[in-house]
Amino acid sequence: MLSQQITALVDKELKKYPADQRQSAVMAALRFVQDEKGWISTDDMADVADYLGMPKMAVYEVATFYHMYNLKPMGRHMITVCTNLSCTLCGALDTVAYIESRLGIKLGEVTPDGKYGLREGECMGACKDAPVLTLNNRKLCARMTKEEIDKTLAELDKS
Amino acid sequence: MIKIEIDGKQVEVERGATVMDAARKAGIHIPHFCYHKKLSISANCRMCLVEVEKAPKPLPACATPTAEGMKVHTHSAMAVKAQQGVMEFLLINHPLDCPICDQGGECMLQDEAMGYGGSASRYTEEKRVVKPKSIGPLISTEEMSRCIQCTRCVRFGQEIADMMELGMAFRTEHSEIMTFVNSTVDSELSGNMIDLCPVGALTSKPYRYTARSWELSRRKSISPHDGLGSNLAVQIKNNRVIRVTPVENEAINECWLSDKDRFAYEGLNSTERLTQPMLKQNGEWIEVEWQVALEYVANALKQVKSSAGAEQIAALATPNSTLEELYLLQKLLKGQGSGNVDFRLRQSDFSADGKRAGAPWLGMPVAEINSRDRFLIVGSFLRKDQPLLAQRIRQAVKAGAHANIVHSADDALLMKANKAIVAPSALADQLAQICKALATAKGQAVAGLERVTVGSEAAAIARSLASGERVAVLLGNFAQQHPQAAQLAVLAERIAALCSGNFGFLGEAANSVGGYLAGALPATDGMNAAQMLAAPRKAYVLLNVEPELDCADSQQAMVAMQSADLVVAMSAYKHRATEYADVLLPIAPFSETSGTFVSTEGRVQSFKGAVRPLGDARPAWKVLRVLGNLLDLAGFDQDSSEAVRDEALGGQDVTGRLSNHLDLPLQIQGGTAGQQGLQRVADVPIYATDAIVRRATALQQTADAAMPAARMAAAELQRLDIQPGASVKVSQGGSSVLLVAKADEGVPVGCLRIPTGCAETAALGPMFGTITVERA
Repeated sequence: MLSQQITALVDKELKKYPADQRQSAVMAALRFVQDEKGWISTDDMADVADYLGMPKMAVYEVATFYHMYNLKPMGRHMITVCTNLSCTLCGALDTVAYIESRLGIKLGEVTPDGKYGLREGECMGACKDAPVLTLNNRKLCARMTKEEIDKTLAELDKS
Repeated sequence: MIKIEIDGKQVEVERGATVMDAARKAGIHIPHFCYHKKLSISANCRMCLVEVEKAPKPLPACATPTAEGMKVHTHSAMAVKAQQGVMEFLLINHPLDCPICDQGGECMLQDEAMGYGGSASRYTEEKRVVKPKSIGPLISTEEMSRCIQCTRCVRFGQEIADMMELGMAFRTEHSEIMTFVNSTVDSELSGNMIDLCPVGALTSKPYRYTARSWELSRRKSISPHDGLGSNLAVQIKNNRVIRVTPVENEAINECWLSDKDRFAYEGLNSTERLTQPMLKQNGEWIEVEWQVALEYVANALKQVKSSAGAEQIAALATPNSTLEELYLLQKLLKGQGSGNVDFRLRQSDFSADGKRAGAPWLGMPVAEINSRDRFLIVGSFLRKDQPLLAQRIRQAVKAGAHANIVHSADDALLMKANKAIVAPSALADQLAQICKALATAKGQAVAGLERVTVGSEAAAIARSLASGERVAVLLGNFAQQHPQAAQLAVLAERIAALCSGNFGFLGEAANSVGGYLAGALPATDGMNAAQMLAAPRKAYVLLNVEPELDCADSQQAMVAMQSADLVVAMSAYKHRATEYADVLLPIAPFSETSGTFVSTEGRVQSFKGAVRPLGDARPAWKVLRVLGNLLDLAGFDQDSSEAVRDEALGGQDVTGRLSNHLDLPLQIQGGTAGQQGLQRVADVPIYATDAIVRRATALQQTADAAMPAARMAAAELQRLDIQPGASVKVSQGGSSVLLVAKADEGVPVGCLRIPTGCAETAALGPMFGTITVERA
């Protein structure tokens, strides 16, 4: 079952669309689920499908198509490093390698304590500041040299 | 109209037509994979790229609308280069396993690769691999790596089956056709995805690796199951039917088949097939020659006639028997002086007999269903009883028609509908309410409805019908089997007349119309199916019948069989008749005999045998003809099934003999107060309808063939203090069976839904009536 907070948000979202096109709210609904739980389980997808009156498989298609939906728990602090062309030319692969060595996990993995998750991302639209990464899909961190990474991780370690 | 030029040919097409449509009209082949005439345009395979003059780059023919004066080149250097480029990309990840691929020889990709593919690949990297998933007993996804992501199967689910079960998950190179979390594909039309798949990614599980397509011979045939009369291509290897695919007929099945029509063939090869005539002597079954068996039958029938009278002989046939079989059976019985013959085995109300103006039929051609704008569907498990007719109705509803349902079970119909779900005993009253509301709206009076009060559901349905221009009022199987079937029909006819619509019956089985035309009905002094079983006869001749599964009251049917002195079972299968029959005559199913079915729209469709009869089985029309000769009856000298058909129909045109009019007065019966227990709502599950389907192993593993359950509303469960999932004792007519209780909000309160046609519930009594349930 979707929580009351989520259904309230989805209901608000649904007001933007015609009443017979409830499935328009699917992306927002999945985002609300992820905001609350950190990831989207297939049970949640089924609940979203039932709530919006659409086929479960259609929700699954959306959830698996978009990269920013997490299909498994990705830790409290999810670090997404852009590995598209501009960032890679400016050293994104070194950034990835350094974070991997600092956290002891590979791309797509989560630290055993569930604190950090690391994943590969697509262009975040800030190529002038390459290499970039995002924290929990919300905070954009630019020019991620080793020093910057150490600084960012030190701050996250405190929380 | 728009004039365009394709490869130098002038073509005129409707405004809005695509280049692909125009090319098809001009008979020009443009290679394609994702395009399908019955599905929406997706333009994702890119194979149909063509050159359009003044366009800077190749355009996909399937998604490019035509414009006046457009000049298209499908085989110019630019077009061919584009097509070859697309083909090279499609083949990058496609395995080179044609020699072991089930689709080999009938594969669109293989065919087009011959024309547009390179002789060697330039790609040396690793190929993509997709893990197979289990999606049910009918469709195999074992080689999903072959998928070229055309999404035809997905679009079929969304647009035709109206159940989106397959989808394309993930993205780009990772995209995969799959179901939601290992669920199965349960649509009753799912097999069409196998036909639609242009490669060998979705293959038929029962057919896999049994033959190469070029080893098969194809024979046209007609489906012996539901009343639609789908056109089949029966495919044979070594005198064995190993696959069935559709033959396109836009007026009937379009290019689709229901899973029942497609996969039931497995029943033809069942190990339960009866292959030798058998006699029971001193309680032992012995195999005998045909001559011995037939002489035994003839003598035994003569003996019953002389000792007890001809009226002690009765004949029952299923409506899945051919016209020729039904005709000769009734001729045989009537020739002996007995009028006891019937094929309407699940019917319980025969008060319309003698009052019908003709054979009840759909009331319109099947193809016209799509153009109706209002439907009133009474008493029908529509999707399961007539899967492809249901599909046509859904298409009409999607195009703006209104569906109105009056029924005793609220199954998922996959379309928007006004519904009135009431107990079986209230069905007639509900129709009377609709009739009255319509009459009031139209300012007409209908006598006999004065005491009816119109409820809100009926009023809503009447409003919908009154606003329509092309109304269809259709009575389903449940309504035809109902104890007040005649009154339901009278009311439905009135309703149709009030809104100047068509009134029709959804044919229960392949030859429900044919049975009437063949005259396989009781003579004026004869007994109908119900009477023959209620007052047991001394001798029964059964044609394709499994009494405990095919009759309205299975319990009563079994009692009648067991008490009879002589039971002659003409059947393609060794079934429970071995318990009570005296003679088993192996007859040929539809694939092994020539014959005729008259579909629900009154279309006479004859077919030839596709394979030789198995073992010593013989076409039933021949068996009956020889029996007629042995009984010294006149008129049994036909030398072909066509001769029998022509005699039965008196020429091909039967339209004049079809009529749904009933010469019966409207009689609204009083309420059903004082009834004890629950009312039974009995459906015939989709894969329990006839003898062939019951033995089709793959279909029997589908979700639709799951164990029957005792289904009732949650309120009813609570009242009876039964937990869902608990075992319950269901009793009717003095015997009881154990079933699992299930909550089903689609069942009206006061009702209990128990299917018939399955062995688990065969001990119970009639399909309608009271039934009790208690904790086991």
